[in-house]
Amino acid sequence: MLSIDGVLLDFKRLDSLATGDSAIHRLDPRAKVLVTFVFIVTVVSFGKYELTAMVPFFIFPAVIIGLGNLPAGYIARKIALLCPFALVVAIFNPVFDREVLVQLGPLGITGGWISCASIVVRAALTVGAAIILLAVTGFPAICRALERLGMPAAFAVQLLFLYRYIFVLTEEGGRASRARALRSFGNKGLGMKTYGSLLGHLLLRTWLRAERIHMAMLARGFTGEFHTRHEFRFGRRELLFLLCWSTLFITLRLQNASQLLGSLVTGISR
Amino acid sequence: MSHHIVEVKNLRHVFPDGTAALSDISFRITHGESVAIIGANGAGKSTLLLHLNGYLAPTAGEIRIGDFPMNKATLPEIRRTVGMVFQDPDDQLFMPTVYDDVAFGPLNLGLFGAEVEQRVTDALQRVGAVHLQEKAPYHLSGGEKKRVAIATVLSMSPDILVMDEPTNGLDPFARRQLMGLLKDFHHTKIFTSHDLDMVLELCERTIILNQGEVKADGPTREIFQNEALLAQCRLEKPLSMQGCPVCGKR
Repeated sequence: MLSIDGVLLDFKRLDSLATGDSAIHRLDPRAKVLVTFVFIVTVVSFGKYELTAMVPFFIFPAVIIGLGNLPAGYIARKIALLCPFALVVAIFNPVFDREVLVQLGPLGITGGWISCASIVVRAALTVGAAIILLAVTGFPAICRALERLGMPAAFAVQLLFLYRYIFVLTEEGGRASRARALRSFGNKGLGMKTYGSLLGHLLLRTWLRAERIHMAMLARGFTGEFHTRHEFRFGRRELLFLLCWSTLFITLRLQNASQLLGSLVTGISR
Repeated sequence: MSHHIVEVKNLRHVFPDGTAALSDISFRITHGESVAIIGANGAGKSTLLLHLNGYLAPTAGEIRIGDFPMNKATLPEIRRTVGMVFQDPDDQLFMPTVYDDVAFGPLNLGLFGAEVEQRVTDALQRVGAVHLQEKAPYHLSGGEKKRVAIATVLSMSPDILVMDEPTNGLDPFARRQLMGLLKDFHHTKIFTSHDLDMVLELCERTIILNQGEVKADGPTREIFQNEALLAQCRLEKPLSMQGCPVCGKR
């Protein structure tokens, strides 16, 4: 069963991956954020019926997982968890788009199926890239990188607080929902109505907590400005990382590498 | 040195909804004293503490911290002087890592670079938490959180340490560890607590609040001998002053 506590533990694991110490972890977060951005933009910019051209892009997650010592199975499960959502978006394509695009012997593959698969692959690639970025960089570092890249500081602070207290909030929510479950004896309790007041209480409690946090900030001389340590160095390694990957992505976007490889292989065998 | 003094004169606080949380509080705590403020739930302890660093403004009365009367102009200095450790460390630790959290105060004081680093390391060393500095607060245990919360305040080198329920929610080992730590501090210390055994060990002076008033103020041992007074204020003798539960002997 998917419980709130389970989700939280899972989330903490993703978070603790970011404390690893590999060549990828040590790169400046800005380089990683930018490369992921280029990756996502190039993947998303492919045409509706493009499928084979996207396959070579799996090299990026594969290489980073390898270099960053990430648990591949765990990351794959995370991605698989989100694929059903993409499938829901894509599921009606085969119904509406019945024009046959590829003829494989007796089997005619319609444009609908191809665009459906294309959406799922696209989702797996982009979500995968985002999860991997999180696992090799860590959320706070991503926020700071975004801030350095020009995002307003207020947003960065908001995001940092969101991330810090999502753990506390889920713990509180988990406790409340457990208390409800234990007293509803396997039934539905009082249905949606109890969830309404449960959420209301959670909101009020969050409100009070926000006040206490503000108090703690004032007690330590907060004046509205956030200072963090800046230990950013965008050196030669970062530049190389950014340039190599971006060049690869753009080349793969413009040239269908699968097709090239395919024709090369068939050319040789002929 | 007069700057470690806390003086409260005829303090009165009425909340916007009309409840008088504090009706007439006066006391004077001098340099190096360790004072416990105890009382039943709702006696006004937390409200009183929130006045000591200017988060709440008195409805009537006066507060002096060190040489300064509390007002808008002296507030920043007072907040540096009075290090406030809140009851729930999750409220106090809001930065991404322990290091950032301990550095938060010094950076707000306008320090930078090596000096901040020095202060952070010193503060973490005093609470024995240097090894935690790169960790995120939500990965810490309860006892670790508490010690780090104290370090976030120590890094501002306060003269007066104010703690709300310091031993609340700690396991016996972590509680001992924390008490040992607090014993070594030579600041002026003010605690609120329901842990009366801790009070007995750490504080030579105790103030009992009851319904917004000072009911008693004196040496801790004397106050804990007065059973009638304790019962009247919904308190009881600390366990260590009661008889043995098996044989009844002291």
